[in-house]
Amino acid sequence: MYFAKELLDQSSTLRKKWEDEVKKVIAKNPDQKPDKLWSTVSDLPIKRLYTPEDIKDMNFAEDISYPGQFPFLRGNQVTGYRGKYWTFRMFSGMGDAKTTNQRWHLLLKEGQTGLSTAFDFPTLMGYDTDSPKARGECGKCGVAIDTLEDFMQLVDGIPMDKVTTSMTINPPATALWAMYCAAAQIKGIPLDKIGGTIQNDMLKEFIAQKTLMCPPDPSVKLISDTVEFGTKYVPRWNTISISGYHIREAGSTAVQELAFTLRDGMEYVEDVLRRKGLDVDSFAGRLSFFFNSHIDFFEEIAKLRAARRIWAKAMRDRYKAKDPRSWWMRFHTQTAGCSLTAQQPYNNVIRTATEALAAVLGGTQSLHTNSLDEVLCLPSDHAVQIALRTQQIIAEETGVANTIDPLAGSYFVEALTNEMEQQAWDYIHKIDEMGGMVAAIEKGFPQLEISDAAYKFQQQIDACEKIMIGVNKYVSDKVEPIPFVEIDDTVEMQQIERLNAVRRKRDNKAVKKCLEDLKNACKKGENVMPYCIEAVKELASVQEICDVYREVYGEYRDPGLY
Amino acid sequence: MAQRKLRVMVAKPGLDGHDRGARVLSRCFRDAGYEVIYTGCHQTPEQIAAAAIQEDVDMVGLSCLSGAHRYLFPAVKKLLVEKGADDIVVVGGGIIPDQDFQLLYDAGIKAIFTPGATLESIVEWINNNVKPR
Repeated sequence: MYFAKELLDQSSTLRKKWEDEVKKVIAKNPDQKPDKLWSTVSDLPIKRLYTPEDIKDMNFAEDISYPGQFPFLRGNQVTGYRGKYWTFRMFSGMGDAKTTNQRWHLLLKEGQTGLSTAFDFPTLMGYDTDSPKARGECGKCGVAIDTLEDFMQLVDGIPMDKVTTSMTINPPATALWAMYCAAAQIKGIPLDKIGGTIQNDMLKEFIAQKTLMCPPDPSVKLISDTVEFGTKYVPRWNTISISGYHIREAGSTAVQELAFTLRDGMEYVEDVLRRKGLDVDSFAGRLSFFFNSHIDFFEEIAKLRAARRIWAKAMRDRYKAKDPRSWWMRFHTQTAGCSLTAQQPYNNVIRTATEALAAVLGGTQSLHTNSLDEVLCLPSDHAVQIALRTQQIIAEETGVANTIDPLAGSYFVEALTNEMEQQAWDYIHKIDEMGGMVAAIEKGFPQLEISDAAYKFQQQIDACEKIMIGVNKYVSDKVEPIPFVEIDDTVEMQQIERLNAVRRKRDNKAVKKCLEDLKNACKKGENVMPYCIEAVKELASVQEICDVYREVYGEYRDPGLY
Repeated sequence: MAQRKLRVMVAKPGLDGHDRGARVLSRCFRDAGYEVIYTGCHQTPEQIAAAAIQEDVDMVGLSCLSGAHRYLFPAVKKLLVEKGADDIVVVGGGIIPDQDFQLLYDAGIKAIFTPGATLESIVEWINNNVKPR
C-alpha cells in the first residue's frame, strides 16, 4: 500500500465532505458541460478530483522508484536533464540534397543538436525520381535521394562522427542506411564511430503510415537484418525507431498509440530472437521509440511515463533481459501535426509549445517541434526558427528541467499513468491472443480500431463536443496570410537529369553484379546489409535495390480498409 | 421507382500515405447512404480512372496531402474525359493551397475541400451537386 491506512481514512472522510459540497454548488451553479465531456482528447473520462485513494494500490519500488532504476517511470538518466537536455532534433528535408544540406547547416548554426531527415515520397516508397509512379512528387514532402551522389551532397560538411542523424525511412531503410555507412567510409569515418537512427519500423506502416513495399514477413526480416548488422558493426546506431507518431496521426487514441507501438516493439524483439538467435541483451539497448505529443497535456505526460514502465516490465519479465540497459525505453517525440490548424495558423505556436512541454515533462530524450506553417506547406526558415526556439525557451527559461520527473506523485498523473498502462496491456494481451502483431495486422485489427477512433473524433469536432479553436469555435473570417514555401516543379526535371548523369558515368556492369549478389542474398536469407553497401558504392539507385526486394519478396498493396 | 443510391469512389492518387481523411470520409459517405468504393493508397491516375468506369461511379473524390495534387487531380479528370466518362463528377481534398484552386477548377475538378470542412458540409455539397448517372 502506497499510503498509511490512517491517511487513507482521513482522505476518505474529507472526500465525502467535499463531495457533499460539490453537490450543493452544482445544484445552484451547474458545470459548464456534462461529465462525459470533461474527458481527454482521446475520450478517457477524467474525474473532477484525484486523491490519495486513487493511487493507494501502488507499490513504490515496483511502480515508481527512482530515475535510472526499474521500472524507469521517472526516466532513464540518473541525472535527468541536468547532464544533458533532450536532443533538439528538427525533422527537415525539402527539394534536392543541396537545398536540404543548406537547411541542416542553418539549423546547426541556430543551436540544433541532432539532424533528422525527411525524404520525399518517391524515396520513401523506393522509387527513383524518374519512375512514372513518382510524377509530381519530387522534393515535395522531403528531400529526393536517388543515389549515393545525392547522399554525399546531403551530408556535405556535416561532421558524421559528432552529429547524430535520424532518417525517417522505412521500406528502403537498408538502402539509405547503406548510403550513410558508405558516405562515412568515404569520408574516412569508421562505422563504429557513427551514430544515428533509421526509423525502419514497417509494422506501423501497415497499421498507419502506409509507406508500403513488401509483405509483412519479409519486411520484418529486413529489419532483423539491420538489427543484426548494427549489433555487430555499427554499435552506436539505433537500427529501429518503433513509432507511435504515425499511428496517432492516423487518428488513434493515446492508449492505442501506446499499445500498438509497444506491441510492435515486442514483435521485433521476438523476430530477432527467433530469426537471428541473438541474445536479447546484445541488441535491446539499441531499440528506440518515437511518440507523438498531442494537445491533451496530462494524457501525453502519463502516456510517456507509462510507456517506459510497460517496456521495462516487458523486457525484464517477458523477454528475460538481464542488463538494465535493455529495460530502458529511449524515445524521440514530435509534437502532433494533426493537432495544428490551417485556420489562424499563428495559434499553432501555442499548441506546439504546450505539446513540447508535455513531452519534456514526460521525459523525452529527443524532440521535434512542428512549425506553425507545417499544416499548409513545408516550413519556412522563420517558422522553423520559432519552433526550435520553443524548445530552447522550455529548456533554458522555464525551469522545468531543474528537477527530474516533477509530476511524480501527483494523484492525478500517477492515476492516469496507471490507467493508461492497464488499458495498453489489455490491448497487448488481445493482440497476443490473435497470434501477434503481424497476425493482427492481417486481420485488420489495429487499422480498424484506429479508423473507429478517427471517425468518432471527426464527428465530435463537427458536433463541437471537442474543440479546435479557429475550426469549430472562435472562427474568424479574416484570413491571415503566411509566407508559403513551395517546391518548384523544375526540381523534378533537375533531379532526373542528375540521376541520368549518374547512370551514364557509373560502371553499369558492376552495378548489375552487385544487384545480382543482393538478389542471391535475399533468396538465401542472408543478411542484405553488406550487399547493399557494396551496391550503393557502385551508385546503384534506391529503386534498383528496392526492385530486387519487390522481385524476390513480392509487392504489398494497401487493402484500403476503412 | 426509387432513385438508386449514389455510388462514390474515394481514391488516393500518387505515393501519399496520409489516408486519415480518405478513411474518415469513406465511413461518412457510407453512413450518408452512398455505396462507397475506397481504393486504398498509392493508385495511379490510370488505375483510378479505370476503376471509376468499371465500378460505374457517380463521383470520384481524390485525396492528396503530399503536394502532388497539381499533377494528379487533373490527370485523373483528363483520363475520365478521354474514356468518355466526363459526366463522373471529380472533387478533391487535402492540403491544397488557395492559389492552386483555379488551376484545379480549370482542369474540371468541381470542388475542393480543405482542412476544416465538416463532414456535413461535404455530404450536403454532394447531395446538391451529384446525381446518379
